[in-house]
Amino acid sequence: MKPALDPAKLLMNAYVALILAFLILPILIILPMAFSDTDYLTFPPQGFTLHWFGDYFGNSRWMKATGFSLKIAALTAVITAAIATAATYALVRGAGRLGALFQGFLIMPIVVPHIALAVALYLFFQRTGLANTVAGYVMAHSVIAMPFAVFTIAAAMSAVDPTLEDAAMSCGASRFSAFRLVTLPLILPNVLSGGLFAFILSFDEPVITFFLAGIRQKTLPRMMFDNIEQSLTPTIPAIAVLLTAMAVLVLVAAGLLRRVEARRRS
Amino acid sequence: MAGFFAWRGRHLPPPVVALLMAPFFMLIVFAFLYPILSLLSLSVTEPQPGLGNYAKIVENPLYATVLMRTLWIAVVVTVCSLLLAFPLAMAMAQARGAMALLLTACVLLPFWSSVLVRTAAWSVLLQRNGIVNGLLQWVGLTSEPVRLLYTEGAVVIAMTHVLMPFMVLPIYGALRNIPPDYGRAAAICGAGPIRRFFEVTFPLALPGVMGGAILVFLTALGYFITPALLGSPKEQMIATLISQQLREFLDWPFAAALVGVLTVFVTAITLAFSKVFRFDRMMGGQL
Repeated sequence: MKPALDPAKLLMNAYVALILAFLILPILIILPMAFSDTDYLTFPPQGFTLHWFGDYFGNSRWMKATGFSLKIAALTAVITAAIATAATYALVRGAGRLGALFQGFLIMPIVVPHIALAVALYLFFQRTGLANTVAGYVMAHSVIAMPFAVFTIAAAMSAVDPTLEDAAMSCGASRFSAFRLVTLPLILPNVLSGGLFAFILSFDEPVITFFLAGIRQKTLPRMMFDNIEQSLTPTIPAIAVLLTAMAVLVLVAAGLLRRVEARRRS
Repeated sequence: MAGFFAWRGRHLPPPVVALLMAPFFMLIVFAFLYPILSLLSLSVTEPQPGLGNYAKIVENPLYATVLMRTLWIAVVVTVCSLLLAFPLAMAMAQARGAMALLLTACVLLPFWSSVLVRTAAWSVLLQRNGIVNGLLQWVGLTSEPVRLLYTEGAVVIAMTHVLMPFMVLPIYGALRNIPPDYGRAAAICGAGPIRRFFEVTFPLALPGVMGGAILVFLTALGYFITPALLGSPKEQMIATLISQQLREFLDWPFAAALVGVLTVFVTAITLAFSKVFRFDRMMGGQL
Protein backbone atom coordinates (compact mmCIF):
# COMPACT_ATOMS: atom_id res chain seq x y z
CA MET A 1 0.00 0.00 0.00
CA LYS A 2 1.17 3.48 -0.83
CA PRO A 3 0.92 6.10 1.88
CA ALA A 4 -2.10 8.33 1.29
CA LEU A 5 -0.08 11.54 1.34
CA ASP A 6 3.28 11.31 -0.35
CA PRO A 7 4.89 14.75 0.15
CA ALA A 8 7.17 14.41 -2.88
CA LYS A 9 4.23 13.54 -5.09
CA LEU A 10 2.18 16.40 -3.65
CA LEU A 11 4.99 18.85 -4.34
CA MET A 12 5.30 17.55 -7.89
CA ASN A 13 1.56 17.92 -8.50
CA ALA A 14 1.66 21.48 -7.18
CA TYR A 15 4.54 22.27 -9.54
CA VAL A 16 2.66 20.82 -12.52
CA ALA A 17 -0.42 22.86 -11.52
CA LEU A 18 1.72 26.02 -11.49
CA ILE A 19 3.10 25.20 -14.94
CA LEU A 20 -0.42 24.71 -16.27
CA ALA A 21 -1.45 28.04 -14.75
CA PHE A 22 1.49 29.76 -16.47
CA LEU A 23 0.47 28.16 -19.75
CA ILE A 24 -3.26 28.82 -19.61
CA LEU A 25 -3.92 31.87 -17.40
CA PRO A 26 -2.54 34.54 -19.76
CA ILE A 27 -4.96 33.34 -22.43
CA LEU A 28 -7.87 33.08 -19.98
CA ILE A 29 -7.16 36.53 -18.56
CA ILE A 30 -7.15 38.40 -21.87
CA LEU A 31 -10.48 36.95 -23.04
CA PRO A 32 -12.87 38.68 -20.55
CA MET A 33 -11.20 42.04 -21.28
CA ALA A 34 -13.08 41.99 -24.59
CA PHE A 35 -16.24 42.86 -22.65
CA SER A 36 -14.74 45.70 -20.61
CA ASP A 37 -16.40 49.11 -20.67
CA THR A 38 -13.07 50.98 -20.61
CA ASP A 39 -11.19 51.89 -23.75
CA TYR A 40 -7.91 50.49 -22.46
CA LEU A 41 -7.13 46.94 -21.32
CA THR A 42 -7.71 46.31 -17.65
CA PHE A 43 -8.24 43.32 -15.38
CA PRO A 44 -10.65 42.63 -13.81
CA PRO A 45 -12.78 44.05 -16.65
CA GLN A 46 -15.18 46.84 -15.65
CA GLY A 47 -18.82 46.89 -16.74
CA PHE A 48 -20.06 44.91 -19.69
CA THR A 49 -20.24 45.86 -23.34
CA LEU A 50 -20.22 44.25 -26.74
CA HIS A 51 -18.88 47.50 -28.16
CA TRP A 52 -15.46 46.03 -29.03
CA PHE A 53 -16.95 43.21 -31.07
CA GLY A 54 -18.95 45.87 -32.90
CA ASP A 55 -15.75 47.85 -33.36
CA TYR A 56 -14.21 44.81 -35.07
CA PHE A 57 -17.17 43.68 -37.17
CA GLY A 58 -18.25 47.23 -38.03
CA ASN A 59 -14.83 48.45 -39.12
CA SER A 60 -14.23 48.00 -42.83
CA ARG A 61 -10.43 47.88 -42.40
CA TRP A 62 -10.60 44.99 -39.91
CA MET A 63 -13.15 43.21 -42.10
CA LYS A 64 -11.11 43.66 -45.27
CA ALA A 65 -7.98 42.37 -43.54
CA THR A 66 -9.90 39.37 -42.14
CA GLY A 67 -11.32 38.52 -45.55
CA PHE A 68 -7.88 38.80 -47.12
CA SER A 69 -6.34 36.51 -44.47
CA LEU A 70 -9.20 33.98 -44.76
CA LYS A 71 -8.71 33.79 -48.51
CA ILE A 72 -4.95 33.26 -48.12
CA ALA A 73 -5.45 30.63 -45.39
CA ALA A 74 -8.08 28.69 -47.35
CA LEU A 75 -5.93 28.58 -50.48
CA THR A 76 -2.86 27.64 -48.42
CA ALA A 77 -4.78 24.77 -46.82
CA VAL A 78 -5.97 23.32 -50.14
CA ILE A 79 -2.66 23.74 -51.97
CA THR A 80 -0.54 22.44 -49.10
CA ALA A 81 -2.74 19.37 -48.59
CA ALA A 82 -2.72 18.58 -52.34
CA ILE A 83 1.05 19.00 -52.81
CA ALA A 84 1.82 17.10 -49.60
CA THR A 85 -0.49 14.20 -50.49
CA ALA A 86 1.03 13.75 -53.97
CA ALA A 87 4.61 13.96 -52.71
CA THR A 88 3.99 11.67 -49.72
CA TYR A 89 2.34 9.04 -51.92
CA ALA A 90 5.35 9.05 -54.26
CA LEU A 91 7.65 8.83 -51.27
CA VAL A 92 5.92 5.85 -49.66
CA ARG A 93 5.65 3.98 -52.97
CA GLY A 94 9.37 4.14 -53.67
CA ALA A 95 10.95 7.50 -54.49
CA GLY A 96 14.58 6.32 -54.53
CA ARG A 97 17.15 9.08 -54.53
CA LEU A 98 14.52 11.80 -54.91
CA GLY A 99 13.20 10.72 -51.51
CA ALA A 100 16.42 11.66 -49.72
CA LEU A 101 16.41 15.06 -51.42
CA PHE A 102 12.74 15.48 -50.49
CA GLN A 103 13.45 14.86 -46.80
CA GLY A 104 16.35 17.32 -46.83
CA PHE A 105 14.18 20.00 -48.46
CA LEU A 106 11.31 19.25 -46.08
CA ILE A 107 13.26 19.97 -42.91
CA MET A 108 14.73 23.27 -44.16
CA PRO A 109 11.68 25.51 -43.65
CA ILE A 110 11.52 24.37 -40.01
CA VAL A 111 15.18 25.05 -39.35
CA VAL A 112 15.61 28.35 -41.19
CA PRO A 113 14.04 31.12 -39.08
CA HIS A 114 10.88 32.77 -40.39
CA ILE A 115 12.57 36.17 -40.25
CA ALA A 116 15.17 34.95 -42.79
CA LEU A 117 12.48 33.66 -45.14
CA ALA A 118 10.44 36.83 -44.63
CA VAL A 119 13.32 39.13 -45.60
CA ALA A 120 14.32 36.92 -48.54
CA LEU A 121 10.76 36.83 -49.89
CA TYR A 122 10.33 40.57 -49.35
CA LEU A 123 13.30 41.20 -51.67
CA PHE A 124 12.34 38.50 -54.19
CA PHE A 125 8.65 39.42 -54.35
CA GLN A 126 9.41 43.12 -54.80
CA ARG A 127 11.51 42.27 -57.83
CA THR A 128 8.92 39.91 -59.31
CA GLY A 129 5.78 41.91 -58.51
CA LEU A 130 4.45 39.27 -56.11
CA ALA A 131 4.68 41.54 -53.05
CA ASN A 132 1.39 41.75 -51.18
CA THR A 133 -0.45 39.51 -53.65
CA VAL A 134 -2.57 36.54 -52.62
CA ALA A 135 -0.29 34.26 -54.67
CA GLY A 136 2.80 35.51 -52.83
CA TYR A 137 1.34 34.94 -49.37
CA VAL A 138 -0.04 31.52 -50.33
CA MET A 139 3.37 30.35 -51.61
CA ALA A 140 5.15 31.63 -48.49
CA HIS A 141 2.63 30.06 -46.11
CA SER A 142 2.59 26.76 -48.01
CA VAL A 143 6.36 26.51 -47.56
CA ILE A 144 5.97 26.96 -43.79
CA ALA A 145 3.01 24.60 -43.46
CA MET A 146 4.38 21.87 -45.76
CA PRO A 147 6.42 19.88 -43.18
CA PHE A 148 3.47 19.73 -40.77
CA ALA A 149 1.11 18.57 -43.52
CA VAL A 150 3.56 15.98 -44.89
CA PHE A 151 4.18 14.39 -41.50
CA THR A 152 0.47 14.32 -40.65
CA ILE A 153 -0.35 12.68 -43.99
CA ALA A 154 2.68 10.34 -44.02
CA ALA A 155 1.64 8.93 -40.64
CA ALA A 156 -1.60 7.63 -42.20
CA MET A 157 -0.09 6.76 -45.58
CA SER A 158 2.51 4.39 -44.16
CA ALA A 159 -0.16 2.65 -42.06
CA VAL A 160 -2.28 1.76 -45.11
CA ASP A 161 -1.85 -1.88 -46.10
CA PRO A 162 -0.33 -1.76 -49.62
CA THR A 163 -1.87 -5.12 -50.56
CA LEU A 164 -5.27 -3.37 -50.63
CA GLU A 165 -4.12 -1.37 -53.65
CA ASP A 166 -2.60 -4.47 -55.22
CA ALA A 167 -5.93 -6.25 -54.79
CA ALA A 168 -7.80 -3.39 -56.48
CA MET A 169 -5.28 -3.34 -59.32
CA SER A 170 -5.44 -7.10 -59.89
CA CYS A 171 -9.23 -6.69 -60.16
CA GLY A 172 -8.63 -4.33 -63.05
CA ALA A 173 -8.41 -0.90 -61.42
CA SER A 174 -5.80 1.49 -62.78
CA ARG A 175 -3.12 2.78 -60.42
CA PHE A 176 -4.92 6.10 -60.19
CA SER A 177 -8.33 4.59 -59.42
CA ALA A 178 -6.72 2.25 -56.90
CA PHE A 179 -5.31 5.32 -55.14
CA ARG A 180 -8.51 7.34 -55.44
CA LEU A 181 -10.91 4.57 -54.39
CA VAL A 182 -8.81 2.65 -51.85
CA THR A 183 -5.91 4.61 -50.38
CA LEU A 184 -7.29 8.16 -50.46
CA PRO A 185 -10.45 7.37 -48.44
CA LEU A 186 -8.25 5.67 -45.82
CA ILE A 187 -5.91 8.63 -45.41
CA LEU A 188 -8.57 11.31 -45.88
CA PRO A 189 -8.89 12.18 -42.15
CA ASN A 190 -5.17 12.97 -42.01
CA VAL A 191 -5.24 14.89 -45.30
CA LEU A 192 -8.03 17.02 -43.82
CA SER A 193 -6.22 17.63 -40.52
CA GLY A 194 -3.03 18.47 -42.44
CA GLY A 195 -5.07 21.03 -44.36
CA LEU A 196 -6.64 22.38 -41.14
CA PHE A 197 -3.23 22.86 -39.55
CA ALA A 198 -2.01 24.66 -42.68
CA PHE A 199 -5.08 26.91 -42.47
CA ILE A 200 -4.38 27.89 -38.85
CA LEU A 201 -0.65 28.35 -39.46
CA SER A 202 -1.37 30.69 -42.36
CA PHE A 203 -4.22 32.63 -40.72
CA ASP A 204 -2.09 33.39 -37.63
CA GLU A 205 1.26 33.83 -39.34
CA PRO A 206 2.70 37.12 -38.09
CA VAL A 207 6.32 37.38 -39.32
CA ILE A 208 6.13 36.91 -43.08
CA THR A 209 2.95 38.96 -43.31
CA PHE A 210 4.67 41.68 -41.26
CA PHE A 211 7.28 42.13 -43.97
CA LEU A 212 5.15 41.48 -47.04
CA ALA A 213 2.09 43.56 -46.09
CA GLY A 214 1.50 46.78 -47.99
CA ILE A 215 -0.05 50.02 -46.76
CA ARG A 216 -3.47 49.62 -48.34
CA GLN A 217 -4.12 45.90 -48.03
CA LYS A 218 -3.06 44.39 -44.72
CA THR A 219 -3.50 40.89 -43.37
CA LEU A 220 -5.27 40.34 -40.04
CA PRO A 221 -2.03 39.52 -38.13
CA ARG A 222 -0.42 42.70 -39.49
CA MET A 223 -3.41 44.81 -38.35
CA MET A 224 -3.22 43.15 -34.92
CA PHE A 225 0.53 43.79 -34.70
CA ASP A 226 0.01 47.49 -35.44
CA ASN A 227 -2.78 47.75 -32.86
CA ILE A 228 -0.72 46.02 -30.13
CA GLU A 229 2.32 48.15 -30.91
CA GLN A 230 0.50 51.47 -31.02
CA SER A 231 -2.61 51.61 -28.83
CA LEU A 232 -3.66 48.11 -27.67
CA THR A 233 -7.44 48.65 -27.55
CA PRO A 234 -9.93 46.01 -26.33
CA THR A 235 -10.53 45.17 -30.00
CA ILE A 236 -7.56 42.79 -29.61
CA PRO A 237 -9.21 40.71 -26.82
CA ALA A 238 -12.41 40.70 -28.89
CA ILE A 239 -10.46 39.21 -31.80
CA ALA A 240 -8.72 36.89 -29.31
CA VAL A 241 -12.12 35.52 -28.24
CA LEU A 242 -12.96 34.78 -31.88
CA LEU A 243 -9.53 33.30 -32.66
CA THR A 244 -9.55 31.12 -29.53
CA ALA A 245 -13.02 29.85 -30.40
CA MET A 246 -11.66 28.99 -33.85
CA ALA A 247 -8.62 27.20 -32.38
CA VAL A 248 -10.89 25.15 -30.09
CA LEU A 249 -13.11 24.22 -33.04
CA VAL A 250 -10.11 23.16 -35.12
CA LEU A 251 -8.71 21.09 -32.25
CA VAL A 252 -12.03 19.35 -31.72
CA ALA A 253 -12.34 18.75 -35.47
CA ALA A 254 -8.80 17.35 -35.65
CA GLY A 255 -9.51 15.13 -32.63
CA LEU A 256 -12.67 13.79 -34.27
CA LEU A 257 -10.80 13.12 -37.52
CA ARG A 258 -8.16 11.20 -35.61
CA ARG A 259 -10.84 9.14 -33.89
CA VAL A 260 -12.43 8.31 -37.26
CA GLU A 261 -9.04 7.20 -38.55
CA ALA A 262 -8.30 5.06 -35.48
CA ARG A 263 -11.69 3.37 -35.73
CA ARG A 264 -11.15 2.58 -39.41
CA ARG A 265 -7.79 1.05 -38.68
CA SER A 266 -9.05 -1.33 -36.01
CA MET B 1 13.77 8.60 -41.00
CA ALA B 2 13.93 5.39 -42.97
CA GLY B 3 11.41 3.71 -40.72
CA PHE B 4 8.96 6.53 -40.91
CA PHE B 5 8.93 6.82 -44.68
CA ALA B 6 9.26 3.09 -45.34
CA TRP B 7 8.76 1.99 -48.92
CA ARG B 8 5.62 0.01 -49.13
CA GLY B 9 3.64 -1.61 -51.90
CA ARG B 10 4.31 -1.84 -55.59
CA HIS B 11 6.83 0.76 -56.71
CA LEU B 12 5.68 3.57 -58.95
CA PRO B 13 7.58 4.07 -62.22
CA PRO B 14 10.23 6.80 -61.83
CA PRO B 15 8.57 9.32 -64.20
CA VAL B 16 5.36 9.14 -62.13
CA VAL B 17 7.34 9.66 -58.93
CA ALA B 18 9.01 12.70 -60.46
CA LEU B 19 5.66 14.06 -61.61
CA LEU B 20 4.06 13.63 -58.16
CA MET B 21 6.98 15.31 -56.42
CA ALA B 22 7.40 18.11 -58.96
CA PRO B 23 4.94 20.56 -57.32
CA PHE B 24 6.73 20.19 -53.99
CA PHE B 25 10.19 20.82 -55.45
CA MET B 26 8.92 23.72 -57.57
CA LEU B 27 7.40 25.38 -54.53
CA ILE B 28 10.46 24.96 -52.32
CA VAL B 29 12.91 26.10 -55.00
CA PHE B 30 10.81 29.08 -56.09
CA ALA B 31 9.53 30.36 -52.74
CA PHE B 32 12.32 29.25 -50.41
CA LEU B 33 15.68 28.16 -51.82
CA TYR B 34 16.12 30.74 -54.58
CA PRO B 35 14.98 33.76 -52.51
CA ILE B 36 17.24 32.79 -49.59
CA LEU B 37 20.28 32.16 -51.79
CA SER B 38 19.81 35.39 -53.73
CA LEU B 39 19.53 37.31 -50.46
CA LEU B 40 22.72 35.68 -49.18
CA SER B 41 24.53 36.50 -52.43
CA LEU B 42 23.51 40.13 -51.92
CA SER B 43 25.38 40.13 -48.60
CA VAL B 44 28.72 39.32 -50.29
CA THR B 45 28.31 41.38 -53.47
CA GLU B 46 26.89 44.74 -52.34
CA PRO B 47 27.99 47.50 -51.87
CA GLN B 48 31.29 45.95 -53.03
CA PRO B 49 32.22 42.27 -53.42
CA GLY B 50 33.72 40.72 -50.31
CA LEU B 51 32.96 40.08 -46.68
CA GLY B 52 32.70 43.77 -45.73
CA ASN B 53 29.17 43.43 -44.36
CA TYR B 54 30.20 40.53 -42.15
CA ALA B 55 33.29 42.42 -40.91
CA LYS B 56 30.94 45.26 -39.89
CA ILE B 57 28.98 42.87 -37.65
CA VAL B 58 32.10 41.60 -35.89
CA GLU B 59 33.92 44.92 -35.60
CA ASN B 60 31.09 47.08 -34.32
CA PRO B 61 30.62 46.24 -30.62
CA LEU B 62 26.99 47.34 -30.89
CA TYR B 63 26.17 44.51 -33.30
CA ALA B 64 28.37 41.96 -31.51
CA THR B 65 26.40 42.74 -28.33
CA VAL B 66 23.13 42.06 -30.14
CA LEU B 67 24.44 38.66 -31.28
CA MET B 68 25.59 37.74 -27.77
CA ARG B 69 22.30 38.90 -26.25
CA THR B 70 20.34 36.83 -28.80
CA LEU B 71 22.39 33.76 -27.97
CA TRP B 72 21.97 34.32 -24.23
CA ILE B 73 18.21 34.85 -24.40
CA ALA B 74 17.81 31.73 -26.56
CA VAL B 75 19.78 29.67 -24.01
CA VAL B 76 17.76 31.01 -21.06
CA VAL B 77 14.45 30.40 -22.87
CA THR B 78 15.54 26.84 -23.72
CA VAL B 79 16.52 26.04 -20.11
CA CYS B 80 13.31 27.59 -18.72
CA SER B 81 11.23 25.67 -21.27
CA LEU B 82 12.91 22.40 -20.28
CA LEU B 83 12.26 23.00 -16.56
CA LEU B 84 8.60 23.56 -17.32
CA ALA B 85 8.09 21.09 -20.17
CA PHE B 86 9.59 17.96 -18.63
CA PRO B 87 7.35 17.72 -15.55
CA LEU B 88 4.32 18.58 -17.67
CA ALA B 89 5.19 15.89 -20.22
CA MET B 90 5.64 13.37 -17.41
CA ALA B 91 2.26 14.28 -15.94
CA MET B 92 0.71 13.89 -19.39
CA ALA B 93 2.33 10.49 -19.93
CA GLN B 94 1.10 9.22 -16.54
CA ALA B 95 -2.40 10.72 -16.61
CA ARG B 96 -5.44 8.67 -17.58
CA GLY B 97 -8.97 9.49 -18.66
CA ALA B 98 -10.35 12.98 -18.10
CA MET B 99 -7.09 14.22 -16.54
CA ALA B 100 -5.14 13.19 -19.66
CA LEU B 101 -7.65 15.02 -21.84
CA LEU B 102 -7.45 18.16 -19.68
CA LEU B 103 -3.63 18.21 -19.75
CA THR B 104 -3.56 17.62 -23.49
CA ALA B 105 -6.05 20.44 -24.07
CA CYS B 106 -4.01 22.79 -21.85
CA VAL B 107 -0.88 22.12 -23.92
CA LEU B 108 -2.51 22.14 -27.34
CA LEU B 109 -4.72 25.21 -26.92
CA PRO B 110 -1.80 27.65 -26.58
CA PHE B 111 -0.02 25.68 -29.31
CA TRP B 112 -2.72 26.55 -31.81
CA SER B 113 -3.77 29.95 -30.49
CA SER B 114 -2.41 33.15 -31.98
CA VAL B 115 1.13 34.21 -31.04
CA LEU B 116 0.01 37.85 -31.28
CA VAL B 117 -2.85 37.26 -28.83
CA ARG B 118 -0.49 35.65 -26.33
CA THR B 119 2.01 38.49 -26.73
CA ALA B 120 -0.78 41.03 -26.16
CA ALA B 121 -1.78 39.11 -23.02
CA TRP B 122 1.74 39.41 -21.61
CA SER B 123 1.85 43.07 -22.51
CA VAL B 124 -1.28 43.58 -20.36
CA LEU B 125 -0.08 41.33 -17.52
CA LEU B 126 3.30 43.05 -17.28
CA GLN B 127 2.22 46.67 -17.65
CA ARG B 128 2.86 49.23 -14.89
CA ASN B 129 -0.50 48.82 -13.18
CA GLY B 130 -0.90 45.23 -14.39
CA ILE B 131 -1.60 42.04 -12.51
CA VAL B 132 2.01 40.93 -12.07
CA ASN B 133 2.97 44.28 -10.53
CA GLY B 134 -0.08 44.12 -8.27
CA LEU B 135 0.90 40.63 -7.19
CA LEU B 136 4.50 41.66 -6.47
CA GLN B 137 3.29 44.53 -4.27
CA TRP B 138 0.72 42.35 -2.52
CA VAL B 139 3.38 39.79 -1.67
CA GLY B 140 5.56 42.66 -0.51
CA LEU B 141 8.46 42.17 -2.90
CA THR B 142 8.30 45.79 -3.97
CA SER B 143 6.57 48.85 -2.54
CA GLU B 144 5.90 50.55 -5.87
CA PRO B 145 5.36 49.29 -9.45
CA VAL B 146 8.52 48.12 -11.19
CA ARG B 147 9.19 48.34 -14.88
CA LEU B 148 8.55 44.89 -16.34
CA LEU B 149 7.42 45.65 -19.86
CA TYR B 150 10.06 46.43 -22.50
CA THR B 151 12.78 44.52 -20.63
CA GLU B 152 14.75 41.37 -21.37
CA GLY B 153 12.79 39.64 -18.61
CA ALA B 154 9.49 40.30 -20.39
CA VAL B 155 10.94 38.86 -23.61
CA VAL B 156 12.20 35.73 -21.84
CA ILE B 157 8.89 35.09 -20.02
CA ALA B 158 6.70 35.59 -23.07
CA MET B 159 9.00 33.59 -25.36
CA THR B 160 9.10 30.70 -22.88
CA HIS B 161 5.31 30.80 -22.80
CA VAL B 162 5.06 30.66 -26.59
CA LEU B 163 7.81 28.09 -27.26
CA MET B 164 7.44 25.73 -24.29
CA PRO B 165 4.65 23.63 -25.89
CA PHE B 166 7.10 22.76 -28.70
CA MET B 167 9.25 21.03 -26.09
CA VAL B 168 6.38 19.25 -24.32
CA LEU B 169 5.30 17.26 -27.37
CA PRO B 170 8.60 15.52 -28.26
CA ILE B 171 9.34 14.74 -24.58
CA TYR B 172 5.84 13.35 -24.17
CA GLY B 173 6.36 11.25 -27.31
CA ALA B 174 9.62 9.82 -25.91
CA LEU B 175 8.13 9.12 -22.47
CA ARG B 176 5.12 7.36 -23.94
CA ASN B 177 7.47 4.95 -25.73
CA ILE B 178 9.16 3.78 -22.51
CA PRO B 179 7.67 0.42 -21.54
CA PRO B 180 6.29 0.71 -17.97
CA ASP B 181 8.00 -2.63 -17.20
CA TYR B 182 11.38 -0.85 -17.16
CA GLY B 183 10.40 1.31 -14.22
CA ARG B 184 8.86 -1.66 -12.45
CA ALA B 185 11.98 -3.75 -13.03
CA ALA B 186 14.13 -0.99 -11.56
CA ALA B 187 11.80 -0.74 -8.56
CA ILE B 188 11.99 -4.50 -7.95
CA CYS B 189 15.78 -4.23 -8.07
CA GLY B 190 15.48 -1.72 -5.28
CA ALA B 191 15.86 1.65 -7.04
CA GLY B 192 14.00 4.49 -5.34
CA PRO B 193 11.91 7.02 -7.29
CA ILE B 194 14.79 9.51 -7.68
CA ARG B 195 17.22 6.88 -8.90
CA ARG B 196 14.54 5.45 -11.22
CA PHE B 197 14.09 8.91 -12.71
CA PHE B 198 17.78 9.61 -13.29
CA GLU B 199 18.81 6.10 -14.38
CA VAL B 200 15.77 4.91 -16.30
CA THR B 201 13.26 7.60 -17.27
CA PHE B 202 15.51 10.53 -18.08
CA PRO B 203 18.11 8.66 -20.21
CA LEU B 204 15.34 7.01 -22.23
CA ALA B 205 13.59 10.35 -22.72
CA LEU B 206 16.83 12.08 -23.72
CA PRO B 207 16.25 11.92 -27.51
CA GLY B 208 12.93 13.73 -27.02
CA VAL B 209 14.55 16.26 -24.68
CA MET B 210 17.38 16.97 -27.14
CA GLY B 211 15.04 17.25 -30.11
CA GLY B 212 12.70 19.59 -28.24
CA ALA B 213 15.55 21.67 -26.82
CA ILE B 214 17.13 22.18 -30.24
CA LEU B 215 13.78 23.08 -31.78
CA VAL B 216 13.10 25.69 -29.06
CA PHE B 217 16.67 27.03 -29.19
CA LEU B 218 16.66 27.46 -32.98
CA THR B 219 13.21 29.08 -32.97
CA ALA B 220 14.20 31.42 -30.12
CA LEU B 221 17.35 32.55 -31.99
CA GLY B 222 15.38 33.98 -34.88
CA TYR B 223 12.28 35.06 -32.93
CA PHE B 224 10.82 38.38 -33.99
CA ILE B 225 7.35 39.05 -32.61
CA THR B 226 8.08 38.96 -28.87
CA PRO B 227 11.25 41.11 -28.84
CA ALA B 228 9.57 43.52 -31.29
CA LEU B 229 6.50 44.04 -29.10
CA LEU B 230 7.72 43.42 -25.54
CA GLY B 231 11.45 44.18 -25.72
CA SER B 232 13.25 47.46 -25.41
CA PRO B 233 14.49 49.07 -28.64
CA LYS B 234 17.80 49.55 -26.83
CA GLU B 235 18.14 45.82 -26.16
CA GLN B 236 17.62 44.34 -29.58
CA MET B 237 17.79 40.73 -30.68
CA ILE B 238 19.06 39.76 -34.13
CA ALA B 239 15.57 39.56 -35.67
CA THR B 240 14.61 43.07 -34.54
CA LEU B 241 18.00 44.38 -35.69
CA ILE B 242 17.40 42.87 -39.14
CA SER B 243 13.98 44.50 -39.27
CA GLN B 244 15.40 47.87 -38.23
CA GLN B 245 18.26 47.78 -40.77
CA LEU B 246 15.75 46.94 -43.47
CA ARG B 247 12.80 49.17 -42.67
CA GLU B 248 14.46 52.21 -41.12
CA PHE B 249 17.89 52.36 -42.76
CA LEU B 250 17.02 50.44 -45.95
CA ASP B 251 20.44 48.80 -45.68
CA TRP B 252 19.67 45.63 -47.65
CA PRO B 253 23.19 44.20 -47.89
CA PHE B 254 23.81 44.56 -44.15
CA ALA B 255 20.41 43.06 -43.27
CA ALA B 256 21.26 40.24 -45.69
CA ALA B 257 24.55 39.64 -43.88
CA LEU B 258 22.71 39.42 -40.54
CA VAL B 259 20.31 36.90 -42.09
CA GLY B 260 23.41 35.07 -43.38
CA VAL B 261 24.93 34.81 -39.90
CA LEU B 262 21.66 33.56 -38.46
CA THR B 263 21.02 31.05 -41.24
CA VAL B 264 24.55 29.62 -41.27
CA PHE B 265 24.57 29.27 -37.47
CA VAL B 266 21.18 27.57 -37.39
CA THR B 267 22.10 25.22 -40.25
CA ALA B 268 25.38 24.27 -38.56
CA ILE B 269 23.57 23.36 -35.33
CA THR B 270 21.01 21.31 -37.23
CA LEU B 271 23.71 19.37 -39.08
CA ALA B 272 25.71 18.83 -35.89
CA PHE B 273 22.67 17.41 -34.13
CA SER B 274 21.06 15.72 -37.15
CA LYS B 275 20.98 12.40 -35.29
CA VAL B 276 18.72 13.68 -32.52
CA PHE B 277 16.93 16.43 -34.42
CA ARG B 278 14.38 14.19 -36.05
CA PHE B 279 11.20 15.85 -37.07
CA ASP B 280 9.19 12.64 -37.22
CA ARG B 281 9.92 12.09 -33.53
CA MET B 282 9.05 15.68 -32.80
CA MET B 283 5.63 15.07 -34.24
CA GLY B 284 5.51 11.80 -32.31
CA GLY B 285 3.61 13.58 -29.60
CA GLN B 286 1.32 15.18 -32.10
CA LEU B 287 -1.70 13.74 -30.26
